[in-house]
Amino acid sequence: MPRWAMVIDLDKCTGCQACVIACKAENNIPFVSPEQAAMGRTISWMEIIPIVEGEYPRVRVRYIPRPCMQCDNPPCTKVCPVYATFKNEEGLVAQIYPRCIGCRYCTAACPYTVKYFNWYAPQWPAEMRACLNPDVSTRPKGVVEKCTFCHHRLQKAKEKARAEQRELREGDYVPACVQSCPAGAMFFGDLDDPMSTVAQLARSARAFRLLDDLGTEPKVIYLSEGEWYGPRKRA
Amino acid sequence: MDREREHNEADAKLFAPMLETGRPFYLTVGVLSALVLWGIYAWLTQYRWGLGVTGLNRPVYWGFYITNFVFFIGISHAGTLVSAILRLCQAEWRRSITRSAEVITVLVLFFGVANILADLGRPDRVLNIIKHGQFHSPLLWDVTSVATYLTASSIYLYLPLIPDLALLRDKLQMLQNEGRLTSLFMRFRRRVYTWLALGWTGTERQQRRLNRAISVMAVLVIPIAVSVHTVVSWVFAMTIQPMWHSTIFGPYFVAGAIFSGIAALILAMAVIRRVYHLEEYLKPVHFNHLGVLLLVMTLLWLYFTFAEHLTSYYGAEPAHMRVFWTKVTGRYAPAFWTMVVCCFIIPFSLLSRRRTRTITGTVIASVAVIIGMWLERFTIVVPTLVNPRLPYERGLYSPTWVEVAITVGCFAMFILLYVIFTKLFPIISIWEVREGRERALQETAERIKTYLPGEEEVEEVGVGVLS
Repeated sequence: MPRWAMVIDLDKCTGCQACVIACKAENNIPFVSPEQAAMGRTISWMEIIPIVEGEYPRVRVRYIPRPCMQCDNPPCTKVCPVYATFKNEEGLVAQIYPRCIGCRYCTAACPYTVKYFNWYAPQWPAEMRACLNPDVSTRPKGVVEKCTFCHHRLQKAKEKARAEQRELREGDYVPACVQSCPAGAMFFGDLDDPMSTVAQLARSARAFRLLDDLGTEPKVIYLSEGEWYGPRKRA
Repeated sequence: MDREREHNEADAKLFAPMLETGRPFYLTVGVLSALVLWGIYAWLTQYRWGLGVTGLNRPVYWGFYITNFVFFIGISHAGTLVSAILRLCQAEWRRSITRSAEVITVLVLFFGVANILADLGRPDRVLNIIKHGQFHSPLLWDVTSVATYLTASSIYLYLPLIPDLALLRDKLQMLQNEGRLTSLFMRFRRRVYTWLALGWTGTERQQRRLNRAISVMAVLVIPIAVSVHTVVSWVFAMTIQPMWHSTIFGPYFVAGAIFSGIAALILAMAVIRRVYHLEEYLKPVHFNHLGVLLLVMTLLWLYFTFAEHLTSYYGAEPAHMRVFWTKVTGRYAPAFWTMVVCCFIIPFSLLSRRRTRTITGTVIASVAVIIGMWLERFTIVVPTLVNPRLPYERGLYSPTWVEVAITVGCFAMFILLYVIFTKLFPIISIWEVREGRERALQETAERIKTYLPGEEEVEEVGVGVLS
């Protein structure tokens, strides 16, 4: 069984937000009003977090695209009281929307804060509603959702490979964000295949994972030259 | 029969609230009902539109409701735990206060559960907890232990109520025989009391069995109560979030729960004493004793709070420090320092001196403790969520009217149910007071004799509930 993983090269990322938009279109992410967005209720499975390092005039801005880390040891699935979030047989952290009771324990337990809640029933402008992706279910109000590594694409790729009577090949299955990255900063593939691009990049000296010391074993690997955290100030 | 009449005359005041109802009662019920309706309206609004009508957001996913949940479950430790410990220790002064404590437990638990329901995004799917329950989730542990606790403390409330229900049955029967029981509601109540009294006649054998049952429940209920708040704390402590992931959370929460519970009990007793003129039953000595207990808990609370915060501060892990400073000097500093004043400075200064450990003194301290303990729960839940581990995410939280209304509605409905209970059942255990009057004096004297040197080692005498 492949271990699907994503590699994001921060040295190449321009912060253009193409991955964010691609994700929203692909996964039928609902719109929120500017007022709601100001309250922190934007749903954005893929989010670009800007980091400002240093102080004026020596300022450097960096960006971290942040999808779900798809941890091998996820803190969120343990706490779910109804098995609405779990690590599936592909190693991806999945959500069962019709079962979720909306207690938001998983959202509170996730150290990466990648889980989102549907505060209201989802809404789209009429034009957008007409072109929702039929492969992805929309979510009702009151449930938790998050990045799935475009799991529906994996299902399609597997069906296609089966129809063509062959094994899955590298490149058959790629999430929308990776596909859309114009800077070529994102890679996707099987971490357990030592010849795959992601496995080779993951071995690079530039590779690191977010909050690695928590033991969550994230499957999103970042590449960056040197120290990227920068000086941290207290709240 | 003569003795019976003597008792009835002496305890007339204990029956009065259940037989006579005045204007103030209806006024209280009216005001409380209005507040409850406001809360229900808020909840319907939330049900209709979703949790968007609250002030919750990402990353502050939990706020008032979870705070209330922890707080109410904490208050519930008043009753059963305090009453069980006093019973087992054969503290004679317990007789007139156990009932009012036990009622708090049973009633307030419902509001702990209600706040979890209010917090759910999909309350319509709550039964999934049974259908698809996952025991690796601390929330399931909560469901289990709270359900056990509710069952056990209901039984523990009911058992000592049986002889009193029989007294009420007889009283109403007497009134009916005299032709003074005219209202239909009273007749209905007489039948309910008869049914609930399970044919109690007070024979030696019944009394022995009841005492045994009560002592078994008193022993059982203590570990259950401890487990409940421990498990509530584990909802937080089992995550790896900064300043939640703490090993002392179990005992810290249990101590805080008993602390706020005793405060709630003192407040309830003071109100009952005032409204129903029970000065003879709830005396300054009761408030003094409970005041000492509250003082002990104040010190214990300070110890735990200090230990918890010093450990975080000294370790100085960045993620923990962000939460720490948000509490101590940042956005939640007003709540944090009000908590310190309410949970320590006010109660300690009032309760540590005999001169101020009066009824008024203990009541002021209790009000402070209740406010302080709510703030404690709030400053545990929110500052951690405001400062998640990834340093680039920040949150803000201010509740909306919906959360305020549901909170106020819960408090109002709890008080309302409590008031109604006092109108239907004796809020002071009549038979236990009588037993105290009749037998305890001699029994206690004999018991004390057995403690003293020189006395022949005789068979165990009057070991009360333990025998």
